[in-house]
Amino acid sequence: MSEAAVIPNVTTPEWELPSRGVVGMVCLIVAEAAIFTIFVVAYLYYVGKDRSGPTPREVLDLPIFTSVCLLSSSLTVHFAVAALHQARRGLCSLWLAATVLLGGIFLGGTAHEWYKLIVHDGLTIQTNLFGTTFYSLVGLHASHVIIGLIMLSLALIFSLNGSMTAKHTGRLEVLSLYWHFVDAVWVVVFTVVYILGR
Amino acid sequence: MAADAPVPAETAQTATTHSAPRRLVLDILNDWVTTVDHKKIGLMYIGYALVFLVVAGIQALLMRIQLSLPNNDFVSPQAFNSLFTMHGTTMVFFVGMPILFGFGNYLVPLMIGARDMAFPRLNAFSFWISAFGGILLYFSYFGASGLYGAGSAPDVGWFAYAPLTARVFSPGHSTDYWTLAILLSGIGSIGTALNIVATTICMRCPGMKLSRMPLLVWLYLVTSSLVFVAVSPLTAAQIMLMLDRYIGSHFFDTQAGGSAVLWMHFFWIFGHPEVYILILPAFAFANEIIPVFSRKAIFGYAAMVAASVGIGFISLSVWAHHMFTVGLGAGANTFFVLATMIISVPTGIKLFNWLATLWGGKIHFTASMMFAIGFLFQFLIAGLTGVMLSIAPFDWQLGNSYFVVAHFHYVLVGGILFMIFSAFYYWFPKMSGKMLSEKLGKWHFWIFLIGFHLTFDFMHVPGMLGMPRRIYTYEADRGWMIWNMIISSGAIFQAAGTLLFVYNMIWSYFKGPVAGPDPWDAWTLEWSTPSPPPAYNFAEIPSVASRRPLWDLKHPEDPDSNYE
Ligand SMILES: [Cu+2]
Repeated sequence: MSEAAVIPNVTTPEWELPSRGVVGMVCLIVAEAAIFTIFVVAYLYYVGKDRSGPTPREVLDLPIFTSVCLLSSSLTVHFAVAALHQARRGLCSLWLAATVLLGGIFLGGTAHEWYKLIVHDGLTIQTNLFGTTFYSLVGLHASHVIIGLIMLSLALIFSLNGSMTAKHTGRLEVLSLYWHFVDAVWVVVFTVVYILGR
Repeated sequence: MAADAPVPAETAQTATTHSAPRRLVLDILNDWVTTVDHKKIGLMYIGYALVFLVVAGIQALLMRIQLSLPNNDFVSPQAFNSLFTMHGTTMVFFVGMPILFGFGNYLVPLMIGARDMAFPRLNAFSFWISAFGGILLYFSYFGASGLYGAGSAPDVGWFAYAPLTARVFSPGHSTDYWTLAILLSGIGSIGTALNIVATTICMRCPGMKLSRMPLLVWLYLVTSSLVFVAVSPLTAAQIMLMLDRYIGSHFFDTQAGGSAVLWMHFFWIFGHPEVYILILPAFAFANEIIPVFSRKAIFGYAAMVAASVGIGFISLSVWAHHMFTVGLGAGANTFFVLATMIISVPTGIKLFNWLATLWGGKIHFTASMMFAIGFLFQFLIAGLTGVMLSIAPFDWQLGNSYFVVAHFHYVLVGGILFMIFSAFYYWFPKMSGKMLSEKLGKWHFWIFLIGFHLTFDFMHVPGMLGMPRRIYTYEADRGWMIWNMIISSGAIFQAAGTLLFVYNMIWSYFKGPVAGPDPWDAWTLEWSTPSPPPAYNFAEIPSVASRRPLWDLKHPEDPDSNYE
């Protein structure tokens, strides 16, 4: 059954392959992007097809401040990775905390917006096609923000208690890739929902 | 149990003999349930798919019994609806996908000289979540009770068109089980695909450049990439359907302005590439098996890679050929007709390359090779009826008829299943350490071949005579009876052939001749390991200098590396 196996062996000069964490995350991003695409298509397909209100123009306000917060958190997470790379752990914790804070502000903004829409404007997911597509698209994005925030908070805790060191830079970078993706999706959602859709 | 106090020898002995076998079984079970080894996970995928293959095959037999005579009442209309829904859903999501991922899991790391997949734990997670999806789907037979009062399996068809899936038209929970099962299977598929891509890119052994990868690995890379962009839309659509059913959103609710056609688009954006996700691994097997049994290197390696990548891209732009009868308008129809026809170009390139590989080769007609050659001819015919159906006016006549059913079963059975059988005869020795019986294998081939052609050649005819798919019975004066009779009789041959195959696997596993590491005198790295390979695959990570590393090793006087 197990005769000695033959193994070819040819010496090859330096053999470097990409990091599997980065490749895995890129794959995940492609798959997630496809999911978001379908939700965006549904939003655009149904925009303006409602027979009853409220309409986007009546109830949506531009969430400029929270969007700026979310987008700038891409920068702060980048600085966190750079700080960890230089083994400056305190600085890394600081930037991670800033990222979590900015992401939290964004999420609070969304919560506030939904509260206003549901309580004051009477728009729920059941009201009309706008409600259906708006809550599902923005909610899908918000759930990605929540997942990202949980992971960033974990990274912050590990950074604070000293178990995350410079040799974990690669992993934090994979997480930052995910966070950049969440931000990039927001650019699309913002354009579609708050600019084109209004 | 009695570890703390010393026990008399006699008692100890009886205690051991009583508990030892049970502990052994539990150990083995524990070993398989907790494993993260790509080979064991691959085998579990395959075993699980084979179980569902038998289940869905029995469903097909029940439908064929029902349709063999006009005005038959062997099964009720309701049961018939469940049967075709469960047959289609099972075959695509719980037979096709897992069996192909099973082979991929097993073979990809071995072929690129790696010790495991890039993410072994994700691999186990993906398998178990898919397996859970399949169990959930079948639990619907017991747990789907709703307004009807009794449990019932999903009955909305495998593409579950809206608004049939809406709460009003599908009360009870059968559709919920369907959508959850698909969602879980989708998550598992995306996880495994991610793993295969990361493994292929990041885990290759030294010297294994992309241009030296076995074609099987290339094809799995393309298939897995397709999974990201094809299965994800389905996942998104299932989320929408669930929102509709559970919290009353209106995505596919036509009464609130929602669109049933949008569901069709979303489903077929998945559904068409899915065909290629299933057929590309079959191509992958052919790419390894045909050269080895022709004793020649594959003809046109670069063209094969290019054609595979081309198929991957084009397959994303043809989905609406499933919707010609909707009335999309002349512009859209023309686009999808042309895109669909263009995809036959790279597919044709592949067929010619396989023929050129056979040409002048020293062909060994093993059972594996016979199935591969059957695949070549049948896949050609399947492709030709595909080109016929891609012409919109032709599709208006025959869409939703048995002609379509015959066409896609020609692809799925004549193409994919034949190649899967071929792969079993080829790699079973590697996986089990024992050879499958060639004699039984040839019987299996001929019996299954006869059954296949009886069923699916003749199935085109009632389609052209106007028999729609999914009807549970028909009147005697339609003139369809004789054809349905022939079709159903073919199903018996196919069942017999499959039973023979299962028997062959079980018999050979225990009594078959020992395979040795390299029974076929093959050229790729998996044959450099013992059969079955040890948990770590390679004691020493190999390095390669050409596409056929074992050829180089066996023929140091004339290695491939001189020519590539
Ligand atoms: Cu198609």
